[in-house]
Amino acid sequence: MQELTAAAAIELRGIDKSFGSVHAVRGVSLRIERGGITGIVGENGAGKSTLMSILYGLYRADAGEILVDGRAVEMTGPRDAIGHGIGMVHQHFMLVDSFTVLENLILGAEGGPLLAGGRAAARTELARLAREYDLTVDPDARISDLSVGEQQRVEILKVLFRGARILILDEPSAVLTPQETDRLLEILRVLRDRGVTVVLITHKLREILSVTDKVIVMRRGEVVAERPTSETGAEELAELMVGRKVRFAFDKAPSRTGEARLVVRNLSLVDGRRVRVLDDISFEVRAGEIVGVAGVSGNGQTELLQVLSGIRQPTGGALEVCGRKVDASHPADPAEMRGLGVAHVPEDRLRQGLVPAFLASETAILGYQDREPFCHNYLLDGPAVGKYCAELMERFDVRPRTPGLRSSSFSGGNQQKLILAREMARHPKLLLVGQPTRGVDIGAIEFIRRELIASRDSGCAVLVVSVELEEILSLADRILVMSGGRIVGEVAAADADERTLGLMMAGARAA
Amino acid sequence: MSATRRPLPGWVEIGLLPLANVAMAFLLVGLIVRVIGVDPVHALELLVLGAVGSSESIGYTLYYATNFIFTGLAVAVAFHAGLFNIGGEGQAYIGGLGCGLAVLALDRYLPGLLMIPLAILASAAFGAAWAAVPAWMQAWRGSHIVITTIMFNFVASALMVYLMVNVLIAPGSMTPQSRGFGASAAVPSMQAALQWIGIAVAPSALNLSLLLALLACVGVWIFLWHTPWGYGLRTMGHNPEAALYAGTNLKRTTMLAMCLSGALAGGVAVNELLGVHHRLVLDFAAGYGFTGIAVALMGRGHPLGIVLAALLFGALQQGGAELAFEIPAITREMVVVIQGLVILFSGALVHLPRPWLQALLARKG
Repeated sequence: MQELTAAAAIELRGIDKSFGSVHAVRGVSLRIERGGITGIVGENGAGKSTLMSILYGLYRADAGEILVDGRAVEMTGPRDAIGHGIGMVHQHFMLVDSFTVLENLILGAEGGPLLAGGRAAARTELARLAREYDLTVDPDARISDLSVGEQQRVEILKVLFRGARILILDEPSAVLTPQETDRLLEILRVLRDRGVTVVLITHKLREILSVTDKVIVMRRGEVVAERPTSETGAEELAELMVGRKVRFAFDKAPSRTGEARLVVRNLSLVDGRRVRVLDDISFEVRAGEIVGVAGVSGNGQTELLQVLSGIRQPTGGALEVCGRKVDASHPADPAEMRGLGVAHVPEDRLRQGLVPAFLASETAILGYQDREPFCHNYLLDGPAVGKYCAELMERFDVRPRTPGLRSSSFSGGNQQKLILAREMARHPKLLLVGQPTRGVDIGAIEFIRRELIASRDSGCAVLVVSVELEEILSLADRILVMSGGRIVGEVAAADADERTLGLMMAGARAA
Repeated sequence: MSATRRPLPGWVEIGLLPLANVAMAFLLVGLIVRVIGVDPVHALELLVLGAVGSSESIGYTLYYATNFIFTGLAVAVAFHAGLFNIGGEGQAYIGGLGCGLAVLALDRYLPGLLMIPLAILASAAFGAAWAAVPAWMQAWRGSHIVITTIMFNFVASALMVYLMVNVLIAPGSMTPQSRGFGASAAVPSMQAALQWIGIAVAPSALNLSLLLALLACVGVWIFLWHTPWGYGLRTMGHNPEAALYAGTNLKRTTMLAMCLSGALAGGVAVNELLGVHHRLVLDFAAGYGFTGIAVALMGRGHPLGIVLAALLFGALQQGGAELAFEIPAITREMVVVIQGLVILFSGALVHLPRPWLQALLARKG
């Protein structure tokens, strides 16, 4: 069985995995060479995360073999994976906020009933790792005091500390500013140079092209291509991922703005813990323009959308929505906001935008359930709701076109299209959109962005909040940058690029 | 961790799975019966005959089922709103107070056609009011409804004992019960009603409250799945954040769900007081409120499922009583054990046979 050529760090042979009727991974075979950076790209639902979860022992494959350093191994859980030198850095950090870096490091590897010994050993080991990989972090700093980029470094250190020689990173840049991402990529290069094998799962082609040695493209549970990074480009990769040509750059007509639909004056919000999450925010959105709000997630964008849509009430300042004034003493709930012509595509579609257990047709009327034509004489009109949902599905190309299917059975992109269809169908005066294309496949991204621009052109005032700078840049006419609950800069889209926005997001005020 | 709960076809989910649960419970019951030296097959025979062997036993089974339908619906409505109302017992009891007060005050003046609807409304209103207090405390003060509803059961019990012993007791009576209700407040028995249309059945406790229970089933079904309020209520139950986003007022919906739940629990008072006892008595709720939780769970929160589950529990109650009567070795407590096992297997262990059914279906298909 032993091969004569140098064994790959990881080799997968014929891996197959189904969840019920969903065939997530179809007979995937691939090799990850030792000591390089391998990128795995694919749309959402292409099976890349499932594949890596199988490799890390979180799922068991229905069929197939995993070979580490040429030897077939059995992965029954993360413990096995760690035992074979495979470590994973998850998209969401697995750190205890109130512990120090060192305490997080030894968590699960305490090395005895008393912590002192293990801690001392860990301190020495941490110093060695920091030297070897250029990963300096203060071992006694509390996690909650660290920046997101530093927390990610702790995650990487945690994995190395457990002796991993193969590092899997799942969408590592989702929570980082562009500058932090650059630093992360630098770290990955250092790791590679010191002999660590890195697997980078991402859908951001820029990162793939700048750091990997080899790219593996997945589509619909299969590996559709493998390319040395030097011999491919963004266009080819995007095409391989989607299976057809994709256009991201839109020919947008210049915006023709009308009256102000949303006026925000000195808005502030103090939350239950007395933290000022929104601080003295003022801006306006006019009919016929798209205003983009950029920023690293967690800087007040979520709360801003909540206040603008009536889910939370401002504690200071005021807003004027289509002529109706809202402030602390004149609150408005989401139902009233909808009545004023405000539509809202929420950031978190699974928790806010729909109820996964509801039928698609029920999702299609969420928030509008007590209006004509869905409801007359206090009764819901089932056939009318079904017909309406079918129309929305047709118009927004939601697949499958089955109003009677549970909302959770649709892919992320189709769920998002259905929500967007619902919110846009009533020709709103003001459209609030949070993370329009988060977790959405490339084909749907193109469609959704086109629809948002069409809505602008028909005179709707649109506010888009997104953590994807590329998205903000391609959609917005004007860009607001949020940091620490404040608006720290405003630029016309024509004058903006990722670098200047990134600097503003990091906290530096625009000149 | 990696065990994914795959969906089974609808008929398996609603039909086969509960059947498998009940079968497993009975297997274990058979074993226990065997151990205490009784032939399980004979015992099962007695149980089944006791529940459905004659028109009288069927009558009693349906009478018990009526109570279970009311309390099962009560639990289900709250559950669809994400609220675990385990105060059905107290709500039924206080519903009875409302019913009793209305009848004792008015039965001499009102004809049956007015008295009975009024007494039903009073049962529902008092049950709703008893549920409204914990609901209000959860919605506005943040206290947890599981804790408060269970505490309210004890408060209801203590209050009723006080009222029955000191205030509502019939003058000169030694037992704590009110004077008998007037004839205008009696819900006709099923025997009388069927005789009226020319069908002869043996007398039993079954009365026309069963029709009210079935009407409530239809009402709940329409409310939950065919009105915007039911829609908002279910949205809140699945996902309060989505409900908030959709403009549903969570506080008001909590109140609505709990008041409806309490009103439904009040239906037990109609069946027991207007239909059977014809006076206000102590402890008529007798655990129906708690069994309602199992009925709602087993019925998957759907009115049709609740009717079926209520029939099963009604049959167990009636057949079990016969069984205890016929075989001295099987005591009343033993019957409670049987019920408990059915609840255990169809409640807590409901997903136990799922993998086997899945494997079975996979082999077939």
